[in-house]
Amino acid sequence: MKVNNLKDRVEWVWRQTLKIHRDAPETRIASSLSPIEIFVSLYYGGILNHSADQPLMNERDRFIISKGHGSISMYPILADLGFFAKEELNRICMAGGILGGIPDPVIPGYETVNGSLGHGLGVAAGMAFGLRVKKTEQEVFVLTGDGELHEGSCWEAIMFAGHHKLDNLILIVDNNATSMLDHTENIISHGNLLDRLEAFGWHTEEANGHDVLEVHQKLSTLKGSRPGKPKALIANTIKGRGVPGLEGHPLSHIINPKLEILNTILGEED
Amino acid sequence: MIKPIAMRDVFLRKIHSSMEQDSSIFFISADFGSPVLDDIRADYPDRFVNVGIAEQNLINVTAGLALEGFKVFAYAIAPFITMRCFEQLRVNLALLSEVREINVNLIGVGAGYSYVVSGPTHQCYEDITLIRSLPNFKIFSPSDHVSTEGVFAQCINDKGPKYLRLDAQVLPTLRDSASKSLIDNGFELLQDYGSDGIIVATGYMVHTALKVVSDLREKGIFFSVIDLINLTDFSFDKLNSILKDIPFIFSLEEGFQGRGGLDSILRNSLSDAELNNKFYGIGVKPEYSFDLGTRQELHEKVGIGERIVTNRILSILGQ
Repeated sequence: MKVNNLKDRVEWVWRQTLKIHRDAPETRIASSLSPIEIFVSLYYGGILNHSADQPLMNERDRFIISKGHGSISMYPILADLGFFAKEELNRICMAGGILGGIPDPVIPGYETVNGSLGHGLGVAAGMAFGLRVKKTEQEVFVLTGDGELHEGSCWEAIMFAGHHKLDNLILIVDNNATSMLDHTENIISHGNLLDRLEAFGWHTEEANGHDVLEVHQKLSTLKGSRPGKPKALIANTIKGRGVPGLEGHPLSHIINPKLEILNTILGEED
Repeated sequence: MIKPIAMRDVFLRKIHSSMEQDSSIFFISADFGSPVLDDIRADYPDRFVNVGIAEQNLINVTAGLALEGFKVFAYAIAPFITMRCFEQLRVNLALLSEVREINVNLIGVGAGYSYVVSGPTHQCYEDITLIRSLPNFKIFSPSDHVSTEGVFAQCINDKGPKYLRLDAQVLPTLRDSASKSLIDNGFELLQDYGSDGIIVATGYMVHTALKVVSDLREKGIFFSVIDLINLTDFSFDKLNSILKDIPFIFSLEEGFQGRGGLDSILRNSLSDAELNNKFYGIGVKPEYSFDLGTRQELHEKVGIGERIVTNRILSILGQ
C-alpha cells in the first residue's frame, strides 16, 4: 500500500471502529480510537512482518497489544487482512464469536492475554531476549497506554530491557494522556516520559500519534535500527479522537458516545 | 540410604547436566542463588539471566521466553515466586497456557517453615492453596532429594506451567530411587505398619508423619504413611483404592489448616470417590506468628509437631 493511502486507511478504520462500538456498546471506544494510526502504520505500512495464514509463524515480528481493551480498532484491520472471517465482525461479544469486549489470544493475530494491564511489556521483553538468544532478526513491538505505565511491573521490564540493551524491542506508548478516572497528569504525572525512558537506558522518539505519516516514518526508522538500546516511540494521541463528547473528556474511557452522534457520523448507509 | 543433599542442588545439577544436549533449556532467577547455580551461569551465560529482585518481571520474562520455545526454569524463594507475582502466574502462565504451549517450571525454595528463623515473610504456608486454585498448573511437592530428582523428566516433557515446592533444608533420604510408580501415581505408600489409619503427608511433613506412626506403633496402633508428591495430578483411583478400607485418614501439611491446602485436596478426593472414612486435616493453626525456635519447636506451637500430632491422633482414636 502506498504510504499516502495510509490516511484513507486511518479514516476507514476509524469509521469501522465506531460501527463496531455502535453494534457492541460493551467495547471500549475512546481508547480504541487513539492508537489507530499506530495499527495502520504497522499493518498497512509494511512495518510488521505478519502472515494471516500463519499468524504464529516463526518469521513474524511479534506485536503484543498490552492495552488490550483499547484495541477494538484492530478487529477491522485483522478481518480485512484475512486473519479471520469478516463475519466475525457481526457477532462481537456474542456467543460463538471470537471477538470479545477485550481481545484474547483466541483471536488470530493476538499473541498474549490482555486486559489486565502491566503484563505485556515484560512478556515482550522476554520474547525479545529469547529471539536474541536464538540469533533471529525478528523484532518485538509492544503497545501500552500511558495510564498503564503506572503499573510497577512495567518499570521492572523497562529496567530489564535497558540493562540488557534489547534493541530488538520497540515500545510504542499510546500517550493519550487519559486513564480511567482522569487525565494521567492529574493522577500521577509521568513528567517527561522521554527523559524517564532515556534515564533507564532507552532510545526514544516522539511523534504526533494522529499524523499517520509521521508515525509510519518513525516506526520505519526504529525497525531494523540497532542502537544498542531498547527503542520507544511516544505517540502523543487523543483519547476518543474525533467523537464529540468523547474527545478530551477525562472520563472518556467509561462513557459511551450518544447513539445519535454515532448515527450522524456514520450516516444512514452504514 | 544414600547421603542426603539439598533438593535445590540436586535439581539444579540435573538442569545443568541437561543444558548441554538441550539448547532450549533456559534458567532465570530473581536474584536467588546456590553453588550449583554458579556452574549454570558460568557454563551457559546465554541461557541464564538474573532479573534482580523483581518477581513480577521474573514471570513475565519467563512467559515471553516460553512463548519463544524455551523450557524455562524460574527460580526464587517460595513465598515470593508464588505470591508477589500471583497475577502474573494467573494471566501469563495459567491463562495463556489454555491457548499456547509454554513449558515453565517455577522452582520455589523454602516450603513451609524451612527458613526457620527468617519469620513469616520468608516462610510459606499458603502456596499450595494459591497455586492449586490456578487451572493448568501442576504442583510437585517432593519429600527428599531423590523424589525431587525424580520429577525432573516430567518438568522437561510437560508443556504447561508447573510449580516445584522445595524445602530449603537438607532432608533425610527416604528412598534409594524414585520408582516409576511414585512418578506415575504421584504418591508412594512409604511406611506400611498397618491399617488402623493412614497419614497422607507432603514435603517435610512426610518425615514428621514417619515419626508419628513410629510413636503410635509403640502404643500398639498401626498406621501407614503416604507420601504425596504430586498435588494436582496424582492417581485418584489408586490413592482411593488404598484409602477405601482405612477407618481413620489424616492429612498432615506445613500449611494453614482448613484453607484449601492438602486437607482440601484429600477431602475432595475422598468425597469425589464417595468414601465415608473418618477424615481429619492437620495443618498449621491459621494465624501468623513471630515466634522463634527450631523448626520442631515452631511446629509444636502451631499444631504440626511430632508430639502434638501424635497426641491429637491418640485423642481422636479415644486412646
